[in-house]
Amino acid sequence: MSINAAEKYQIINLEESILLQLSGDWRFQSGIPDIEPLLNHLQSIQPAKLSFDCQQLGSWDSGLMTFLVSLINSCKENNIQTLQETLPAGIQKLLQLSFAVPERKGARRVILGQPVLAKIGNVTIEMHRNWNDLLEFIGELLFGFLNFLRGRARFRYSDLFYQIECAGPSALMIITLISLLVGMILAFVGAVQLQLFGAEIFVANLVGLGMAREMGAMMTAIIMAGRTGAAYAAQLGTMQVNEEIDAFKTMGISPIEFLVFPRLLALIITMPLLCIYADFMGIMGGAVVSATMLDISFFQYFQQIQGFVPPVHFIIGIVKAGVFGILVATAGCFRGLQCGRSASAVGFATTSAVVTSIVLIIVADAIITILCQLIGV
Amino acid sequence: MMTDSPHLDIRNLTMAYGEIIIQENINFTVNHGEVFVIMGGSGCGKSTLLRHLVGLMEPSSGDVFVNGTNLWQASIEERNQIISRNGVLYQGGALWSSMTLAENITLPLTEYSDLNQKQIEEVISYKLSLVGLAGFEDYYPSEISGGMRKRAGLARAMALDPDILFFDEPSAGLDPVSSRLLDDLILELRDSLGATVVIVSHELASIFTVGDNSIFLDPDEKTIIASGPPKELLKTTNDPRVIQFLTRTT
Repeated sequence: MSINAAEKYQIINLEESILLQLSGDWRFQSGIPDIEPLLNHLQSIQPAKLSFDCQQLGSWDSGLMTFLVSLINSCKENNIQTLQETLPAGIQKLLQLSFAVPERKGARRVILGQPVLAKIGNVTIEMHRNWNDLLEFIGELLFGFLNFLRGRARFRYSDLFYQIECAGPSALMIITLISLLVGMILAFVGAVQLQLFGAEIFVANLVGLGMAREMGAMMTAIIMAGRTGAAYAAQLGTMQVNEEIDAFKTMGISPIEFLVFPRLLALIITMPLLCIYADFMGIMGGAVVSATMLDISFFQYFQQIQGFVPPVHFIIGIVKAGVFGILVATAGCFRGLQCGRSASAVGFATTSAVVTSIVLIIVADAIITILCQLIGV
Repeated sequence: MMTDSPHLDIRNLTMAYGEIIIQENINFTVNHGEVFVIMGGSGCGKSTLLRHLVGLMEPSSGDVFVNGTNLWQASIEERNQIISRNGVLYQGGALWSSMTLAENITLPLTEYSDLNQKQIEEVISYKLSLVGLAGFEDYYPSEISGGMRKRAGLARAMALDPDILFFDEPSAGLDPVSSRLLDDLILELRDSLGATVVIVSHELASIFTVGDNSIFLDPDEKTIIASGPPKELLKTTNDPRVIQFLTRTT
């Protein structure tokens, strides 16, 4: 909106001073004139004083106030005395209030672009700090575990049962759906290839081995990372924001023992059980595809699995699930306790927990697979 | 928008959470340019009443009129228009944590005004200086103290020079100097800009300093048990609950 300054103010040059005549409405809606021409004029003639005539002034709002604040600040810088007593009483009081608390020295931030090296340095320092935090967390966790073994860990068993319920039975629906579908996909992909060689019956081996050794544990862990690990990070992060974690610390109660331990134990207990369930559902999914696409009866299918997929493969999968449970709970709780003090920090902690969990799951799976190869199982 | 009708007119208002009635048969008016105080003990429903007045909660029964318009019988557009003319200071400040203080104040200005960037920056600087936070434009809410967050919340509430300002426990968490400056600011907003101010407060010093009119809610009777200017209420009321509250006796 272009504003004609002459409609809003007149500058009257007096002896060693300037009189600023304000007129009309000074509201944001009706437009506020640009202050720069007035400031340039004042700088060019350098009057000793600036006074105001507000007889023609209409209605006003913060538009006038921001104009006056800028004007008075500029006059101060140029050693021009502003006669604020010539302004209406209401304006004078608001000006007094706005100048009542001077700007705190050093409070204002100067935001400068960061050089690339500084950015790399900051990221490195942050990673180092994260690593230290993680080591400290793992140390406290081990310490808590020792306390637990000695029967001294302080947590409520009701919390543990509640967490088991949340992580176990409540997750069955999603585990059922995903595992069934994964089993069907494995069978379908295998069937297309094996049919070429007339070896359809080996679909049972593929699904049985795949689910037992890898996919049962892996899919369960990924579901639990997105579902339960994220929930742990969000819960603990919100507690961090609300100072609930601080309250535990000031009462001498370790948040690791009280909050992390029940969650960790809950996943250690439920993940292997969920893995067994996922294995079963995945094999069932494969059975459905075998029966419908390949004319393999349920009896043939399960007999094939019984003969060619020994229990050791199931045990490896179950052990993996236990390890993944530890990783998901640790990542979720660690990111939650590491959370900042704002709502956006909770969102960041949750995202970070899921990403960390999935990375750790894949890395751990690779390590366990290599170890199994080395020991020949 | 100034009309002959009261700024706020509350008629037979009943507030409830589901089946639980918080307050019922609430009747009062708030005139233009008046500082109106809602008083009462903890848990009596003061903040709930405020949420009804600002349009966050729909009454179980009864009406809330703003400048003669029934808030809950108006169209959604009309209601949003009315609500956008409110400035609300929440108990904890309720600043958006992912934005700096300047961005918190900028958002309502960019949504509801035609100001250019330079004018917006001037308004931000002025509003923050009014609440004693000059220079803190680039801080995030998590980087400042609780009292500062509250003052920044007030600066955001005042961003659009609203017709009516609602303050929920404005002095709680503020130091005495900030609290006095806030009282001065409330009076100046009333006197200079003609703003109507509705305050939920426990702070007696503040209530007596700024309050033009008031009501007292009781959690047991679930309705208003006293009303009038706070200073007069102190002299004229016979109700022991109001006397206890206003004189801090037990």
